Amino acid sequence: MGHYDGRAQVVGGGTDLLLEIQQGRHPVVEAMVDTSRIKGLDLITNDNDHIVIGCAVTHTQIVNAEPIIRHGTCLVESCGVIGGPQVRNVATLAGNVAHALPAGDGTIGLLALDGEVEVTDANECRWIPMREVFLGPGKSSIDHHRSILTRLRFKPTETRAGSAFARVMRPQGVALPIISMAARLQLGDDNTIISARISLGPAGPVPYLAETAMAVLANGSANAGQFEKAAQAVLSAVQLRTSKHRASQEYRAEMITTHLPLILERAAERACNGDAVPVGVGQ
Amino acid sequence: MTTLHLQVNGKDVNLDVPESRFLSEVIREDLGLIGTKIGCNEAECGICTVLVNGLPVVSCTYPAFKAQGAQVETIESLSADGYLHPIQQAFLDHGAVQCGICTAGLIMTSKALLDEKQAAGEVVSESDIKIALKDTYCRCTGYQSVIDAIRQASGQDVPVNIPVVRQTDCEVGKAQPNPDALAKIRGQAKFTDDYDFSGMLYARTLRAGIPHARIRSIDTEAARALPGVQAVLTHEDVPGRNLHGIVDLDWPVLCGDKVRYTGDPVAIVAADTEVIAARAVELIQVTFEELPAVSDAMEALRPDASVLHEDRADGNLLKHIEVQKGEIETGFAAADVIVDKTYRTPTTEHMFLEPECAIGVPAGYNPDNFGGTCDDKAERGETARHDKTSIYVGSQIPYLDRDQTAAALGVEPTQVRVIATLMGGGFGGKEDIAGQTHVALLAEKTQRPVKMLYSRQESLQFHPKRHATVIRIRTGATQAGQLTAVEATLYGDGGAYASLSEKVLTRATTHATGPYQVPHVKVDCFAAYTNNAPCGAFRGFGVSQSCFAVESNMDILAEELGLDAVELRRLNTLDVGSVTATGQKMLESVGLNECVERVDHDMRGDMHGNDFRWTWQEGHRQYAWGLAIGYKNTGLGGGAPDKASAQVELWLDPAESGATAVRAQVRTSSAEMGQGLPAVLAACAAEELGIPIQQVNVLLGDTDHCPDGGPTTASRQTFVSGNAARHATRTVVQQILPAAAALLNATPEDVSFSAGHFTAGEKSLGVIEAIEQAVKSNIPTVAEYEYWAPKTQPLGTGGDMHFAFGFCAQATLCEIDTHTGEVKVRKVIAAHDVGRAINPMTLEGQIEGGIVMCIGYALTEHYIQEQSVPWTSVMARYKMPGIKNTPKIISHIVEHATSTGPYGAKGVGELPSIPTSAAITNAIYRATGVRVRSLPVDQDELLRAMRAGANEIELGWGDSKPIPVVTLGGEM
Ligand SMILES: Cc1cc2nc3c(=O)[nH]c(=O)nc-3n(C[C@H](O)[C@H](O)[C@H](O)COP(=O)(O)OP(=O)(O)OC[C@H]3O[C@@H](n4cnc5c(N)ncnc54)[C@H](O)[C@@H]3O)c2cc1C
Ligand code: FES
Ligand code: FES
Repeated sequence: MGHYDGRAQVVGGGTDLLLEIQQGRHPVVEAMVDTSRIKGLDLITNDNDHIVIGCAVTHTQIVNAEPIIRHGTCLVESCGVIGGPQVRNVATLAGNVAHALPAGDGTIGLLALDGEVEVTDANECRWIPMREVFLGPGKSSIDHHRSILTRLRFKPTETRAGSAFARVMRPQGVALPIISMAARLQLGDDNTIISARISLGPAGPVPYLAETAMAVLANGSANAGQFEKAAQAVLSAVQLRTSKHRASQEYRAEMITTHLPLILERAAERACNGDAVPVGVGQ
Repeated sequence: MTTLHLQVNGKDVNLDVPESRFLSEVIREDLGLIGTKIGCNEAECGICTVLVNGLPVVSCTYPAFKAQGAQVETIESLSADGYLHPIQQAFLDHGAVQCGICTAGLIMTSKALLDEKQAAGEVVSESDIKIALKDTYCRCTGYQSVIDAIRQASGQDVPVNIPVVRQTDCEVGKAQPNPDALAKIRGQAKFTDDYDFSGMLYARTLRAGIPHARIRSIDTEAARALPGVQAVLTHEDVPGRNLHGIVDLDWPVLCGDKVRYTGDPVAIVAADTEVIAARAVELIQVTFEELPAVSDAMEALRPDASVLHEDRADGNLLKHIEVQKGEIETGFAAADVIVDKTYRTPTTEHMFLEPECAIGVPAGYNPDNFGGTCDDKAERGETARHDKTSIYVGSQIPYLDRDQTAAALGVEPTQVRVIATLMGGGFGGKEDIAGQTHVALLAEKTQRPVKMLYSRQESLQFHPKRHATVIRIRTGATQAGQLTAVEATLYGDGGAYASLSEKVLTRATTHATGPYQVPHVKVDCFAAYTNNAPCGAFRGFGVSQSCFAVESNMDILAEELGLDAVELRRLNTLDVGSVTATGQKMLESVGLNECVERVDHDMRGDMHGNDFRWTWQEGHRQYAWGLAIGYKNTGLGGGAPDKASAQVELWLDPAESGATAVRAQVRTSSAEMGQGLPAVLAACAAEELGIPIQQVNVLLGDTDHCPDGGPTTASRQTFVSGNAARHATRTVVQQILPAAAALLNATPEDVSFSAGHFTAGEKSLGVIEAIEQAVKSNIPTVAEYEYWAPKTQPLGTGGDMHFAFGFCAQATLCEIDTHTGEVKVRKVIAAHDVGRAINPMTLEGQIEGGIVMCIGYALTEHYIQEQSVPWTSVMARYKMPGIKNTPKIISHIVEHATSTGPYGAKGVGELPSIPTSAAITNAIYRATGVRVRSLPVDQDELLRAMRAGANEIELGWGDSKPIPVVTLGGEM
């Protein structure tokens, strides 16, 4: 990459990038650095209390990975709704995150798990919290001409923790979600919520971490009333938009009102039961 | 260039290719494996799916170098040993192949699933199939046969879903796959883009890009100067007539003075490669003077609207179509209840999965001269000599293409030859001229073969669509439920050129009462020119639009009258003896009531012993049934001469056993686009000859070798070409009958022919002996027959506008998610009166495919234009139904024969795609209390209406304005 001095670009599965080039929405790239051909980065490993996902790992690999199914269920559910099998077989989670769309599904899933990414360039290699990646719609802090998002990681949900994801799509038009939401809950023994993380999009220029709603839930009990309050907290904190040919603001609000409590409930159930069967994968 | 190492279908491949090459290019172009097809080049349709190390990927956007060192499997690998793979056999058995353009993609995706499940020792469930094939599309089959085929291939016992029909001892009524299905499942079928002529150039079109403008100048100098460019043509280079059009000649071959929609062609380029051609197009400079764009039909008719065709006396009014019967005031005076509503239907796109492609070959072409090899015996194809300007194209109207191209070239029609290739779906969208004329001009200019393949995006922009309409309809009935009057006013958006607007909207108008007896009728329809994409033929031909309005009104009426929705329809359906809105008395073949009975019976019996309920709730899902009925003319009608010619030739061939067998070939120019015409024509000839269908082959669409079958439109080909094939067969039999008579020592008058035997008194002999004798006696064994359909009368004369109608009833079971407003169709019960089912397998394919297409019309499809600029510029912005949208379809065939049809058959191509959308919105109303008056159903609007307790919605997907107010009779 150094050799091309900014004229080369990283490509993962290429399902976003190559289409954009083909359709003239992205300038032609002089050289591509294909992460799938870098050894060792196509693996899912366990390291220092983290589940680590190499940047060449595809959505299909994630969906089938037993540790992620158990300990990062919302990530499986979010990667599992991306495209169809042909796309999931090549598209990567790294590409989804690096693309920095406000509602990349895998991105929303990983954000709820408090994911981190490793950025490697000619000089160094460092881990940064996911949120630092996103600068604006489609704009990432990782300069994909000079550096590579080499790995992603998150702390597995262990005892009395669980996560869930859901999205609502339109049957017509663009293949972009109306709303994608993910949540991770850590419960205490008495069913109080020790910590909660909620991510969703699109709600603003970057993937949204619903901090007010998270605060509402923390230290409260895990019940329907609290979950509804969390949804209301999201609604009062975000500026939802009406986007042409996609969804009205009211509809988006409705979807948060109905679906956020549902996924919180699902996350809580998983936290209590300690097992998880992902839903909606492939649908 | 870098070296790429692959194992393709088990063979090692080493190629030096650019890093930027996609896997599909390596497969199709570098390796010549044409079984893998391209539908979109944007990772949307899935038909280009191949397996890389066993995993399905879309090859069109998969960088070849990602597969470095990998094993790649394409469709060609499956039957490499000559035997069909179980999944291929299953596709054949279940009729899961229609046009065939998607078949390789479906099969390869399925194969990966089967392999995966087999390795895991798991059975393949329907849900597995729906997940695996979620993004692998098929526009023809409706997927039910695909699901069945995959389950069979996984070792399950899955009976073939063929409706019960009448069968003869011979071939009529027998289920059989289309004769070309085998080549399609093997990946050997050649569509236009699969041809590769020696010396071939590649063409591209410069399109307007803006909806309405005067052309001030066109500068092609830079484009011409680009190395590798062989020709750049503009309107000045059209030697003959610079206009085309199926009905009106109003569409420039190349625009000179004006452009009227963004897809208008301004210049064409032929170059050594596609890349150079594309680059050259960018170098052409056009100066436009922009004009205001007219973007909907009602706006177009306002006096101050900008006029598209300035030479027309009527301005933007393309046609005012009127239907009148009785006295409308009298009708409404007799009504106790009147329902008056306005509806809107969207512009929709055919989305045949094969984008348009045409290849022009210049007169005098000899492949020898371009490094190819010439086979003197070849009649067509890459090795043939071409003595005329020839066009290879998948077109619905080969003879008209020929005539229109000849006119543009300024030569006699007989100097041009159109050779039909397989067509990857048409649905009405391949009737207008696309690249045919352009490639002919470029081929003659450069004296080289020229291929013009549209990209998916260009196809979306260019070709005529289904008309958007606004329909106000007022229906009156007595308290007892007798319809007394229907008054309607329709506005149809014809787009920039006439195409088939007049015909399509006439059908919308004449069918605007629905299949009911209505004593007093007044319908006005205004077809308008706008700067939107032109609109033309699309399966349903206007009736899909009016049926939505009519059948919605019928349900509202039933509710207001307190009548059961089925009962209200029963009271008013057309039957033998009734008179239509246009004054046609139905003399025979009206199976509508039987259709209604069959559907009603199944629907009510579907409750597993519980009492029938129209709607019920399960958790946050509300279920409801909806019903709608429909009808559709067969044939052109309205006084248009409707004929088709066919030739039948007989000869003898040594069979495999060494014995001699009769062979027959049926030839006609009629088009096959996946609907199964060859199987029907072969069945007709086989039936007449009393021989197995396998001994008949069908040659379609070569204008030098096949007589004119007319346009493949209006559900007419089974009727007209089927009749032509049948009569041509009878003619050739009569021709050789004297030879048989000689052998039987009888006079020809005493010899009769039936079930494959010539009989005189006690003695009889077979066709084989008769042909042998005929050849000896120099009696020709080929005959041609020009079949004229019964004469019809123009609209307004009160006579018979059509010689036959197909009828149907459909009930849909819908599921509405009360959390999201999402609508799913779970089950469809359908009955279609087709007169006679000649081949129930291909027929069922038409029905299932048509229904699923109409589900798309109701729920997912909308070609959106903003100020006449298409927003739907890529396939990713147009959702056609995928496998997950497929309901369970239960289909009944009703056979009320029409005396003039072949064995009683009427047309069916369009019928199934007519009432489904209204059945769905009728179900939605029952489930939610919300009447949807705009298609497609908008879940966003629907949910908000449900929450707000509103009882109707009229804003649809992509609509920014509510349905406009329509004045009955129009504001002209
Ligand atoms: C038919 C279809 C359906 C889709 N459906 C969905 C969907 O439902 N939900 C959804 O979220 N997305 C969807 N996508 C988008 C896309 O597939 C996903 O976002 C995917 O995860 C992108 O991954 P990729 O590896 O293909 O990225 P690429 O296209 O390879 O890359 C995307 C961007 O990220 C950069 N990049 C990639 N990898 C790295 C890296 N390691 N380091 C630095 N920069 C990098 C690239 O330079 C590029 O700018 C769909 C795409 C298609 C074609
Ligand atoms: S997905 Fe490759 S051609 Fe459509
Ligand atoms: S058979 Fe599937 S698209 Fe035609």
